[in-house]
Amino acid sequence: MPLKDRIPMPEQDPKLRITNFDEVALGYTEEQALMEASRCLQCPNPTCIQGCPVNIDIKAFIGLIQEGKFTEGYYKIKEKNNFPAMTGRVCPQETQCEASCVLAKMGKPIAIGRLERFLADHEMYKPQQIETEKKNHIPVACVGTGPASLAAAANLAKKGYEVHLFEALHLPGGVLSYGIPEFRLPKKIVNHEIMLLSDLGVFIHTDVIVGKTYTLQQLRREFKSIFLGTGAGAPLLLGVPGENLNGIFTANEFLIRVNLMKAYRFPEFDTPIKKGKEVVVVGAGNVAMDAARTARRLGANVTIVYRRSRAEMPSRAEEVQHAEEEGIHMKLLTNPVAFHGKDGWVQSVEVVSMQLGSPDERGRRKPIPIEGSNYEIYCDQVIVAIGTTPNPILKYSTPELLLTPHGNIVVDEQYQTNIPGVFAGGDIVTGSATVIEALGAGKKAAIYIDKFIKGA
Amino acid sequence: MYELVDKELVAPDIWKIKVRAPHIAKAYKPGNFVIVLPHERGERIPLTVFDTDEENIHIVFQEVGKSTKLLGKMKVGDQIQDIMGPTGHAFPSQKFGNVVLIAGGVGAATAVPLGKHLHACGNNITIILGARSKNLVLFEKELQDISEKLIITTDDGSYGVKGFVTDALKEILSNEVVDLVLAIGPAVMMKAVSDLTRPLKVKTLVSLNSIMVCGTGMCGACRVGYKDGTVLTCIEGPELDGHMVDWNTLLPRLSMYKEEEAISLSLLDNESR
Repeated sequence: MPLKDRIPMPEQDPKLRITNFDEVALGYTEEQALMEASRCLQCPNPTCIQGCPVNIDIKAFIGLIQEGKFTEGYYKIKEKNNFPAMTGRVCPQETQCEASCVLAKMGKPIAIGRLERFLADHEMYKPQQIETEKKNHIPVACVGTGPASLAAAANLAKKGYEVHLFEALHLPGGVLSYGIPEFRLPKKIVNHEIMLLSDLGVFIHTDVIVGKTYTLQQLRREFKSIFLGTGAGAPLLLGVPGENLNGIFTANEFLIRVNLMKAYRFPEFDTPIKKGKEVVVVGAGNVAMDAARTARRLGANVTIVYRRSRAEMPSRAEEVQHAEEEGIHMKLLTNPVAFHGKDGWVQSVEVVSMQLGSPDERGRRKPIPIEGSNYEIYCDQVIVAIGTTPNPILKYSTPELLLTPHGNIVVDEQYQTNIPGVFAGGDIVTGSATVIEALGAGKKAAIYIDKFIKGA
Repeated sequence: MYELVDKELVAPDIWKIKVRAPHIAKAYKPGNFVIVLPHERGERIPLTVFDTDEENIHIVFQEVGKSTKLLGKMKVGDQIQDIMGPTGHAFPSQKFGNVVLIAGGVGAATAVPLGKHLHACGNNITIILGARSKNLVLFEKELQDISEKLIITTDDGSYGVKGFVTDALKEILSNEVVDLVLAIGPAVMMKAVSDLTRPLKVKTLVSLNSIMVCGTGMCGACRVGYKDGTVLTCIEGPELDGHMVDWNTLLPRLSMYKEEEAISLSLLDNESR
């Protein structure tokens, strides 16, 4: 019998979707979910689960979909992952669970992420039935409210701890709120999955900068243990001439204005954003794609400039595809060397063409400038999306906390820092990674925090 | 939500408000500021903390854009949506020696806590307090109390000496040994002060009032060219070395959203009509 194709994800038409911020991927209907799930072979020795950073019992939840048991399927996922509506949307399934599916060899793996999302969307607004251990009234703090801290908080709350989350901004969610755009991860969903944490008894404190409002030392007096999930929040810049001209944004600023502050609805919301006509986005990771697609929706003609070739793009393939469908141009093997402007505003990016040399220590071919190939790309806005680095605030107030030369927190194999009882995980430890890797780190750290407290 | 417990008009369009925020009041150090989100659909703006008491932070601001006008309209008992802080570096606790503290316009609100701090650290302080005219001279009494000498300048000569703060500074620099100049006020004033002290190699700190969004070093909105690179005012400032600041990029950045600010203001005016 020939292998059936994956059920395609219904999506907004590209022509329409570049005029709005509504979600692009619309989600499976029950019928589509049943059809896609029916393709799963229910392998006796499933390989997909090994591909999941939080070890969701994928075979079991898809089996439950096959039987039409959607509620049971949902709780099967929730045993391992408290945020399936978010991960079903933003996980790079194609390099994780779906890459490990036996059908991947034929190029048609089960659409595990889409099925995860289907169950979450189907069930998450119903009254939740999560079993938690009896409350032990032991206070634990999680600093930051991005994926790592949320996962740590959820798992500690389930074990009965009194968990307090601390967020510097006015809304929780970290990168889920300020970074990933509405059209990829609706904020209604982020808010809902975070609100479900409050149902588990987790307290969320916004407007608190740990390191400023309260020091880590103060928190240590109040809490038995502390998890630091502060992320890799500080923007990197190119460090080339003209980078502080008006009209040049870091991806973080651009996305925070649009996502967190809802500047795309200015003047209904007070935070403004500059709407460029010709926008250059530097970088080719997921954040670059998010920034490019956001600028497109604000009405710009957008060009992505990337110093390596298509094969090295760090972004998910689906994001690149969505960007190209939306009419975003790619200038590959191209690197900015300067920005030129007039009256304080950017007018062009001077770029140089690149070629790929021999592989570097990570196996990626190193881009080398081609001498004399400089030319200018005219633009009225630039968004620099070349990555982030750890935020230094905690470091300033906690000099005793051991860091790597890059500013990441050093932890042992049990996620504990050099300060006893203080744990850390997610991007602040590993550098920029994915949502699911941070969730996985928070979840594992919770196990060791529990052990630490019970052993103490 | 943060309750507005008291408000006082200090000068035309300039308010001092007291807001209940004991946790911020406790953590506050001179040099710190707060980020205020006036209402749910508002923007995050940096504001000066003028003083604190056990329960409250005292914020001084001038009605300029929509957000500050909305704050100015709030009544005692009203709730401010969000206040985050304190953020920014605390000012160093150091005895510099002879300090000239220059406060221009509403910058006087920041000069008071920093001046008190410098005074407490044993510095000899000369203050140059500048304003456009007499009714805009702020906090004269408070600044008088902490200074050896207070010089007032007004652009129109309606009070004190007619002229700019830089005129008064020039005279001091030619007659006295100055160990530190601290300038707080409009960016053009702080640039002029820095230009004046640079050839004389007098250490000069300025308190930058960059446009900010997050106030936590994440977004980069407040970045400014500094030395050979770029720093974020919110976490490396607000007090920075005036001789290292790239004023040529800072000044245009401050007016980046001029058009949008005008749109917001005109809509606000229409609403209140």
